[in-house]
Amino acid sequence: MHSSFLSHAKGRYFWVALALSAFSIFLYVIDHPTEPPNGGTWLGYSLGTIGALLIVWLAYLGKRKRNFVRGWGTVKGWVSAHVYLGASLLVVATLHTGFQFAWNIHTFAFALMCLVILSGFFGIFVYRTYPTAQNELKKNQTIDDTFTQVEDFEAQLTRLAAEASNGTKMLLNSAIERTVIGGGYLDQLLGRDNSSLVLDGRVVPNSDQDSALEALVERLARSEGDEHKALSQIVRVFNNRKKLIDVIRKDIRMQATIQVWLLFHVPVTFALIAALTAHIFSVFVYY
Amino acid sequence: MIENIYDIAVIGAGPGGLSAAAHAAELGVSHVLFESSPKIANTIQKYQKGKHVMAEPGILPLRSPIEFDAGKREAILGIWEEGIALHETNVRFGAEVSKIEGEKGAFVVGLSNGEEVTAKNLILGIGMQGNPRQLGVAGDQADFVQYQLDDPGEYQGEVIVVVGAGDAAIENALALAPNNKVYIVNRKDEFARAKEGNLNLITAAIDSGEVECFYGTTPERIDPPADEDHKGVFVLNTLKGEASVPVHRIIGRLGAIAPRRLVESFGIEFPNDDPNAIPALSSQYESNVPGIYVIGALGGYPLIKQAMNQGYEVVEYILGNKVKPADNDLIAAKFSSLPLDLDVDEVLELMRQRIPVFEHVNALQFRELMLDSEVHVLRKGHVIFTRNDYDNSFYTIFEGDVAIEVGEDLHIKSGVGNFFGEMSLISGRRRSATVLAGENCIVIETPRRTMNKLISSVEAVKRVLDQTFIIRTIQQKFAPDTPIEDLQDISEKTQINSYSPGEVIFAEGDPGDSFHFIRSGSVTVSNELDGKEVVMSYVPANQAIGEMALLGNTTRGATVKAAVKTETLSLDVESFQMLSDRAPGLKERMQLLAQDRNRQNLALQSSAEEGGDLLSFLMGQGLGEATDVLLIDEGLCVACDFCEEACAATHEGTSRLNRKAGPTFAHIHVPTSCRHCEDPSCMKDCPPDAIQRGGIGGEVYIGDNCIGCGNCEQNCPYDVIQMSYKTEAPDNFWRWMLFGLGDSPGKASSQGGANKSAVKKAVKCDMCIDQSGGPACVRACPTGAAARLSPEDFVDLVSVDR
Ligand SMILES: Cc1cc2nc3c(=O)[nH]c(=O)nc-3n(C[C@H](O)[C@H](O)[C@H](O)COP(=O)(O)OP(=O)(O)OC[C@H]3O[C@@H](n4cnc5c(N)ncnc54)[C@H](O)[C@@H]3O)c2cc1C
Ligand code: SF4
Ligand code: SF4
Repeated sequence: MHSSFLSHAKGRYFWVALALSAFSIFLYVIDHPTEPPNGGTWLGYSLGTIGALLIVWLAYLGKRKRNFVRGWGTVKGWVSAHVYLGASLLVVATLHTGFQFAWNIHTFAFALMCLVILSGFFGIFVYRTYPTAQNELKKNQTIDDTFTQVEDFEAQLTRLAAEASNGTKMLLNSAIERTVIGGGYLDQLLGRDNSSLVLDGRVVPNSDQDSALEALVERLARSEGDEHKALSQIVRVFNNRKKLIDVIRKDIRMQATIQVWLLFHVPVTFALIAALTAHIFSVFVYY
Repeated sequence: MIENIYDIAVIGAGPGGLSAAAHAAELGVSHVLFESSPKIANTIQKYQKGKHVMAEPGILPLRSPIEFDAGKREAILGIWEEGIALHETNVRFGAEVSKIEGEKGAFVVGLSNGEEVTAKNLILGIGMQGNPRQLGVAGDQADFVQYQLDDPGEYQGEVIVVVGAGDAAIENALALAPNNKVYIVNRKDEFARAKEGNLNLITAAIDSGEVECFYGTTPERIDPPADEDHKGVFVLNTLKGEASVPVHRIIGRLGAIAPRRLVESFGIEFPNDDPNAIPALSSQYESNVPGIYVIGALGGYPLIKQAMNQGYEVVEYILGNKVKPADNDLIAAKFSSLPLDLDVDEVLELMRQRIPVFEHVNALQFRELMLDSEVHVLRKGHVIFTRNDYDNSFYTIFEGDVAIEVGEDLHIKSGVGNFFGEMSLISGRRRSATVLAGENCIVIETPRRTMNKLISSVEAVKRVLDQTFIIRTIQQKFAPDTPIEDLQDISEKTQINSYSPGEVIFAEGDPGDSFHFIRSGSVTVSNELDGKEVVMSYVPANQAIGEMALLGNTTRGATVKAAVKTETLSLDVESFQMLSDRAPGLKERMQLLAQDRNRQNLALQSSAEEGGDLLSFLMGQGLGEATDVLLIDEGLCVACDFCEEACAATHEGTSRLNRKAGPTFAHIHVPTSCRHCEDPSCMKDCPPDAIQRGGIGGEVYIGDNCIGCGNCEQNCPYDVIQMSYKTEAPDNFWRWMLFGLGDSPGKASSQGGANKSAVKKAVKCDMCIDQSGGPACVRACPTGAAARLSPEDFVDLVSVDR
């Protein structure tokens, strides 16, 4: 039966993470070191060690999830543990700092860690909400099906255009030809629409197919007879096509987000590991 | 009138016929070999170009004057041609035999051109491929009319008309379309017979104008060309009247005419109407017509080497020589552990005498059965199989006895001559009991396919198995404490019913006069809500339905329909009354079952609309015959494709699942991936019997002895089998992660990595039988979207909140 990584094994790792956090807070509260709390007390060292080990282990997920042949447990279980223990790292590491922040490599490492964890939270949000939203958006169809439907509409439009005036024909052709779906990662993420249209001999932007639709509606209002009949059908089909393209664009944006947040999360993790190494190194060399 | 009487006439120059004729030639026996096509071995000529032909079974020695070893199709055909030339074999090509009359010593063989030839003995080796159905219009003998397509790449820039609406026609049309102008002629107004994948492709190709389709059209005639550019004019009878298409080529893909009709017209009898039935033969391959011998695929031996060996042996038999069959040593090896001092034929005879189910099996059939079977000499207490195992071979007891443990308290002893394992054989479901060896126990284990072949060719075997199945089911399921003898009369009143998919078993409001036990297949239970049929539940094999009728409810509360091909046992109310008089506690148990059902129905009722629709959707996807299926929750899937990559990484570089493909309904996506069917269609026609059903998981998997014939790919209704080369999946994580070099793990290398000289074999999901930890797809899914479900889970899937 399906259960998400959040509810894996009845939320086992949630409880583990909660216990780890609670225990850390408990130790922090009862500990009364001679100096103000910081990374150098015995508790500071202990929490720091736990934190550093956790970071390494959390980063290891990137390798584990590709161990298709060997690999202990399921990736879902690992992700579940990653998510909850990763969140508890926020508590463990913060207590490790003893709230001593300054402009130095130590705080820099801490800041990077927070960045990684926060991006992780974003990732959880995306993973848990986007697939459902995408599926509802596409009404149970695959993106390929949706593309095929768009193509069908375009074929219909071409057929209908044959019965319309030359101007309408050219308008439609240029709108279809100059529709841009996808584009670069940035375009996808921002849902930017670079579609254009040739109108009265000039190239004008046709974002969301609005200009084309507007132009068609204007023509419809001014037309009569056969042209009117053809145009009213064209406007209807064109609007359906516009709606589907909208769906595709939204879907692509969500899919890009699902992929791109990892392109942030992972490199920052590498930076974090580098900063962490520098932090540990400087602690042992200079103190 | 007749100048020459041949001693032997061989019909069909396949591997069997070639070997027979060459052996006759080698011995100097007067002979003739008739072959309808212009070349030898038409079946092998039709394999795809360059196919690697395999010499299965590897352990069987070859006994033929013509050589044969694994190799390329072209090389093998070359060797065979040399072989028949070397022995000066008398072959007549283009000689189709259409009639046989007369009797042993003076058969008259009629060819389709009207010629007649006389021979004393006939060897029939015409295979199972049948002859392609011809266009049957004037001009269809022209050389640009063909009935097969070896290499679509051979044709460029031609106008080609493909006639037919099945998968073969569609595949040909699609393959030719990129480089040629292709028309497809369909007699109907849709492609109803095609597989879904092909249907989508051809519809898309027609919509885009890549292929032009004539619907509702039949060929009328083929005229000579009107210009120099074309080879002829194909005149068609379309819905709008006659149409003429100037063509370079016409390809007819109208299916084949099975050889059975022809064979029957020669007087040879088949045991029943089953399309898989094989004519009954003596141990010397002689049919019921004395003097007509049947060898090769037509006689039920689907591999080349077997056919060739038989060709040799049958000539020896006709000459009155008692050669031992080539497989003699193989069988002897199977018997080597037996504490008996008898030769192979004597052991075989003894087995048939001792085991009554095999009484009506003829010597040849029994020999073949033993060739596929294993003989086990077991020490006391050895577990033969365990309850809930998924294997489904069939066992007979040759010596000693076994203990059958059905439940905690039902232990049955079974002795010499009895059989067990027939329940799983018939239902395709898990074992319902554990069986342990007793004193001096020797059992024969026969694989499922071999048994099914026997059941379809020997009526008596089917009858005995059915009767036993009924009485044992009644005892196990309803009357565990009642001795078998007391159930005899009730079992005689029990009926076996078969239903095709979608057929109503009983309808809501019908009088409830009987109850059913599902022995194979599965059913849906539905109610009418506001004039709409809503599926409430799904019941797999091995369970009872309609039990409420027995408890005094005289009208049916729901409609029950077969979800797939289904067989049930049914008992009327009166017989059930008799049974419950004899089986204490039965009534109470049925009441409990009814209670459970009611409870389940209530639980479903709340989500009836959506849940019911989802259940109907799943059944529509053939999940009613699934035993284990991968379902993806689209609400959790992030499209990372790790499932596919994990599959490829663990399976020689080819993913056996296509995540994107397949339909979705209410968040549940059914990817293209094997469902491990209860009665797998893929297993039906595999020449080396390479497709097996495994242990605890019930996985259907393809063994290494696959010869790459592609039958299973065609037969699987869900399009999950691919023919593929082995490739190496890369495993170079660090290089890829740190330096961005190479492909990510699990992505088959872009160069293909395929070793083209290797054999293309059938691949599909094997449920990761070789992986510890279970299916790689599920283990690799980071979000929990991928899960494998068995039918029992479907009801939860629709009723439980995720
Ligand atoms: C795609 C494919 C791949 C296969 N790969 C392998 C493999 O790798 N290894 C293997 O061992 N087996 C393989 N097989 C199985 C093998 O082809 C058959 O078992 C074998 O061909 C059977 O030989 P046969 O002599 O009984 O009949 P066939 O080979 O079918 O020969 C029958 C011959 O009779 C002729 N004929 C039919 N009717 C008449 C008539 N009325 N008058 C005169 N002649 C007639 C036909 O034209 C044909 O030439 C494969 C099968 C297929 C379909
Ligand atoms: S390959 Fe096809 S027919 Fe065979 S078990 Fe799988 S789904 Fe069923
Ligand atoms: S597994 Fe499939 S391709 Fe291989 S021999 Fe059997 S039917 Fe043919």
